[in-house]
Amino acid sequence: MADTLPSAFAGPSSKERKYDRQLRLWAASGQEALEKSHVLLVNSDDSMISGVVGVEALKNLVLPGIGGFTIVDSATVTEPDLGVNFFLDESSLGKSRAGETCRLLRELNPDVAGSFRIEPISELLRDPSFLPQYKLVIISGPTSRSSLDAVCQSTRELGIPVIYTHSVGFYSMFSLRLPSEFPIVETHPDPESTQDLRLLNPWPELKAAGSRLGNLEALDDHHHGHVPYILLLLHYLEKWQEEHDGNYPGNYKDKIAFRDMVRSGTRTNNPEGGEENFDEAVAAVLKSINPWSLRGNVREIFEMEHCKKPRSSSENFWIIASALATFYKKHGVLPLPGSLPDMKAQSADYIALQNIYKVKAREDVDEVLRIVQATETDLRRISKSVTKKEVELFCKNASHVKVIRGRDIPRISKDFPGTLKTIRNNLNSPESAMSIFVAFQALDIIEDDILNGRKSEQSIDDDNTWDTTVDTLIATIAGGDTTFTDDNGREAIIKAAQELRRTKGGELHNISSLTGGMVAQEALKVLTKQYVPLNNTCVFDGIGSRSEMFCL
Amino acid sequence: MSSIWASYFTQNTLRVAPNTPTDTIDISNLNRQFLFRESDVGKPKAEVAAAFVEKRVKGVKITPYVGKIQDKDEDYYMQFKIIVCGLDSIEARRWINSTLAGMVDADDPESLKPLIDGGTEGFKGQSRVILPTLTSCIECQLDMHAPRAAVPLCTIATIPRQPQHCIEWAHQIAWQEKWKDEPFDSDNMEHISWIYGAALERSKQFSIPGVTFQMAQGVVKNIIPAIASTNAIIAASATSEAFKIATSCNPYLESYMMYAGEEGVYTYTFNAEQKPDCPVCGNLARKIEVDPETSLESFIESLGERAEAQLKKPSLRTEEKTLYQRFPPQLEEQTRCNLPLKLRELVSDGQEIAISDPAFAIDFRYKLVFK
Repeated sequence: MADTLPSAFAGPSSKERKYDRQLRLWAASGQEALEKSHVLLVNSDDSMISGVVGVEALKNLVLPGIGGFTIVDSATVTEPDLGVNFFLDESSLGKSRAGETCRLLRELNPDVAGSFRIEPISELLRDPSFLPQYKLVIISGPTSRSSLDAVCQSTRELGIPVIYTHSVGFYSMFSLRLPSEFPIVETHPDPESTQDLRLLNPWPELKAAGSRLGNLEALDDHHHGHVPYILLLLHYLEKWQEEHDGNYPGNYKDKIAFRDMVRSGTRTNNPEGGEENFDEAVAAVLKSINPWSLRGNVREIFEMEHCKKPRSSSENFWIIASALATFYKKHGVLPLPGSLPDMKAQSADYIALQNIYKVKAREDVDEVLRIVQATETDLRRISKSVTKKEVELFCKNASHVKVIRGRDIPRISKDFPGTLKTIRNNLNSPESAMSIFVAFQALDIIEDDILNGRKSEQSIDDDNTWDTTVDTLIATIAGGDTTFTDDNGREAIIKAAQELRRTKGGELHNISSLTGGMVAQEALKVLTKQYVPLNNTCVFDGIGSRSEMFCL
Repeated sequence: MSSIWASYFTQNTLRVAPNTPTDTIDISNLNRQFLFRESDVGKPKAEVAAAFVEKRVKGVKITPYVGKIQDKDEDYYMQFKIIVCGLDSIEARRWINSTLAGMVDADDPESLKPLIDGGTEGFKGQSRVILPTLTSCIECQLDMHAPRAAVPLCTIATIPRQPQHCIEWAHQIAWQEKWKDEPFDSDNMEHISWIYGAALERSKQFSIPGVTFQMAQGVVKNIIPAIASTNAIIAASATSEAFKIATSCNPYLESYMMYAGEEGVYTYTFNAEQKPDCPVCGNLARKIEVDPETSLESFIESLGERAEAQLKKPSLRTEEKTLYQRFPPQLEEQTRCNLPLKLRELVSDGQEIAISDPAFAIDFRYKLVFK
């Protein structure tokens, strides 16, 4: 055993130590993506108590080390700001809110570059080189409709994701607009759901390993109690087939009978009164003895135009996905992920079995890689060639890769009948947080009028203004649907509006901090292209201590 | 996370004494701590957090306490209106939970201290509100936070298959063989490096791939991934509940909010059940199924892992006799002879036993039901 360390070993770098707790979530590849990302925050363009939720979201992005951020905010710090914004202090009074929040956010992490602009966003957008610097834009309400539209329009053209968030009183909402197709390879599914053992369609080497067991009865107790359960199942499946005209246990009844067959092989004349490996085999029957099938998320990808007809300009994801479709057409399965759960076994036997899975996975990767290379040659695709590492990662996650089709920041308008239908359906359910979303839409309209000077600041808490705005929205939501009457949701919307009016559109620090945390999680998922982002709207109800997702 | 409460509360001018853990600031805290800077590494968390918030938010006063929560008595906890916890272990949560339940005096409404608990792991977390003795408590919900199953010692000692098994071997077996009385310190980089080296060598012997330094550190320190955003969500959720309780402005959480952010944004809010057989707030003994043929020793061992018990150093007695008593040494010696005996030789089916554990102030009542 080593008395000292191998001299070449230097231990983790200080950066690895600082980011250790998050590297365990998104690894070096996710961290690298974060560090290359600059995020733009377009902060609430008005003087009410606001501008907190965006800054709180940035806090959660500066700490884990994004490359940099820019805050666009024309407001000047006033006394009420100090009561809700942790990234301002007494010395900030009278100074630019963008500059002061930027200064105090930068203190959090010397690795992150921060800057600020005090010009209105509409002016900044005139410079065509402004937006392309950013990997994500966060825009917080209240904002004028024209600013929001301008940001959404320009980012759409550039394929930059946008999050729009608004936090008022005990309520908040946010919507994420992803590019029209947003592919994710590393979705990080629950490890339990990724098991792919191929017990019903073993490749020759795996089948041979099961057959090699031969006569189990002949094994001594020690060996009998250490046969990996995968091999036990393969062994009994072969036996089952012999007794059932070559068929596998198909229905539930068969599986129960098969499970009893496995269980009856357990030796019980020992001090433990049973065998752990047999227990594991019995427990795995219902979960593992299932025919392999293609998951819906992957089928959907195979049917997408990008996958059917990859072009030389396609992203690597689509080149690999298309190769995967070819692989699937030929073999009827996806590449083997190659991982094996732990199980009772002797070390050497387990490693040997693990190698059978690994070798097969490697062969599958090589085959996909050859298809990828052939495609690239056909397409004369030279510049962005796919690496073996990418193919390996893709194959390992093949069953769980996902493409999200980005949806616009939702708006209640007759131009979006699908959105209106979803809103109607949810308003019909009294438990739904949809009424809060509609109240926020009404607030957006009223605040837009105030920002544009069409209404006075008092109208934020004016009964008439709210009644008219909500009624107009309900009429739009109802559309031509005669089954939808305004008593389906009006009362709930008016009630939700009370909370927004109570604080006169102002933020509470705790709710904005919570929402900033949720917004930052979405930002992290978008920037690292790992895990699965929201599609596309979330409402948080701080009174009921709950949230709800909507696809609008 | 407890440091974060301080900043939230002060934004809303509520007075609190943050009761943060004894430990000092580590470089790995900086990825999620907005109250700590690089120059603070090595200083006590509570003091730095308090000083930072006082400096940032004018007029607020925070009293830091650097020490174990278990070292404070009921008088100390009696001075607060609400207790908010961001603890790093189930054991500490159970301790504060049972202590607050023990403080409740039916004639004194002030003695009921609402407990708000938050915890996170990666993109997931939970917050819960507990009114000691009146609502479901941490002990009632114990089985929702089952400990990870430990790897059997025989696997670690003789038939490792996973890189983690090699690390556990280095940690649980090789270290003591090699270094005898030198205690292993998971914060000492040299110690972890030695574990890593030993684990790596063992993994080569058995042709097991995948031992890394990061994994070695994760296994021996039981590291749980943590990010600023999840902590913000849970800390702010707990803070919101504290405001609701303090001001009655809105109904508070009844009683549990689960949060999961790996796939979209998911919360599940529900009223956790108060259990009549809860050792802390119930009045019935909790049922525990046992094999009558099991020895007392292996039953005691299993108590550490059973979701409904999670007691690491239990002492056990029935109404008539002591089954096993860890302290003092004389009693231990007297009761040690019971360890190899089978449960059926010591207790009858359905008999009630009391279990005490140095980590907790109270006794746990269990009813042993034979399988």
